[in-house]
Amino acid sequence: MAARPGTTGRLAWPVVAVAALGLALLVLPLAALVLRAPWSDLAGLLARESVLQALLLSFGTALVATALCLLLGVPLAALLARAAGWPTLPRRLLRAAVTVPLVLPPVVGGIALLQLLGRRGPLGSTLEQWFGITVPFTTGAVVIAQVFVALPFLVFAVEGALRTGDRRTELAAATLGASRWQVFRHVTLPLVAPGVAAGAVLCFSRALGEFGATITFAGSLPGVTRTLPIASYLAMQTDPDEAIALALLLLAVSIAVLLLLRDRWLPGVRG
Amino acid sequence: MTLPTPPAARSALRPMLHADVTVTRGAMRIAAAFDAAPGHPLAIIGPNGAGKSSLLAAIAGLVPLDAGGVVIGDREVDGLAPDRRRIGMVFQDYVLFPHLSVRDNVAFAARMRGRRSTARTAADPWLERYGLTSLADRLPTELSGGQAQRVALARALAADPEVLLLDEPMSALDVEVRADMRDELATHVREFGGATVIVTHSPADAAALADRVLVLEAGRVTQRGTLDELRAAPATPYVERMLAASAE
Repeated sequence: MAARPGTTGRLAWPVVAVAALGLALLVLPLAALVLRAPWSDLAGLLARESVLQALLLSFGTALVATALCLLLGVPLAALLARAAGWPTLPRRLLRAAVTVPLVLPPVVGGIALLQLLGRRGPLGSTLEQWFGITVPFTTGAVVIAQVFVALPFLVFAVEGALRTGDRRTELAAATLGASRWQVFRHVTLPLVAPGVAAGAVLCFSRALGEFGATITFAGSLPGVTRTLPIASYLAMQTDPDEAIALALLLLAVSIAVLLLLRDRWLPGVRG
Repeated sequence: MTLPTPPAARSALRPMLHADVTVTRGAMRIAAAFDAAPGHPLAIIGPNGAGKSSLLAAIAGLVPLDAGGVVIGDREVDGLAPDRRRIGMVFQDYVLFPHLSVRDNVAFAARMRGRRSTARTAADPWLERYGLTSLADRLPTELSGGQAQRVALARALAADPEVLLLDEPMSALDVEVRADMRDELATHVREFGGATVIVTHSPADAAALADRVLVLEAGRVTQRGTLDELRAAPATPYVERMLAASAE
């Protein structure tokens, strides 16, 4: 359809003005961060013991959390995609349960994890009594908090890929002698691999940036639970340059994620 | 691994298909009973939405039966999962595995029973027989309609099924190649020699591929016989129109 320039093609100026304001709100702070950065001292700041410790801990935990999300999330996505044929109530409950961490303040997630896995929590007390395992305020707790907040990103990315696939390929596999597990392993999984990869990248970036649930459930012990975002927040009170250097590092990772996902920015949405 | 029996010897060994199938699709109930003898392909013909594809899917075990049964030889298969029935299926627009090469598509059934390397070796004679050797490393998106049909047929027959079901095998093909591919498909179906059911809406396909015809309209069998018998005494206006249109 050919729109005459100046009529249908153009937005009303107030809409454009407000949109520009919104865009400025998103971009200007990051520009300021880059401009204000102590570029000359950056290498020295990032080489500090405390920074390297946080860096190693953050990348290590985020990688483990992503692996766990893959392990738990792909079957969960398969269940969710198949739930399309379920009755309304259980279907909605399942979807709501998976969505909760996306809309829940992460601190609430941290408090909830403490109630379950804390010393007096139903699962926490059992673990301590029977196995002598204490979960809160350990590196394991960091990973659990990250899995809690990041899992939906993986599940929805994979579910989106599963839904757009042609289910007849699975039926064809069955007529060729594939058992249900073989269908999943040899047909379903390879076909959603791009969705799984995109979900894993999103999941990793969310886990890496995790703050609220982590500090609540795991605390801020240097080298044990003090991840990059927490280290950056704490440094802001004492040494702003270090905080900015850490923030730049996290920004760089985020940009890398955007580049990796440039064709599909959001779960289930192709940009 | 045993190699499939040579084509010529097969028909005599292949079992009969007895199908008595009632299945629901949406608001429509589809019911049909028929036999298909080895070496005598049966065409199910009918207008769009008559339930032809649902009937095939029910025989293959891809949708549940409401009533009736499916028997191959003396084997009752309607309680079995699709992967245990030994029913090969060529789907409408072929549904090849898009992530697998032509070779791995044809090797799929063998792969489910063994290792990748053995499966690939087992696929080689099938690739050769269907003129696919030079295309073995291509992906399904790089094939023409006729080539995809060959792969779909080779993939189904390489699983050594006792019964072959073909769902609108010609509909995805361009008009220019259809006549050639029809003859080629007829040859392969004869070579297979087992009980074969072909769903189509084209009398020309039915004439080339099948011995007998079953007409399905709105989920019910309205006529059965050879095409000549149908021409001599068309039982419904649909049969009359269809045969008149194909005679032009």
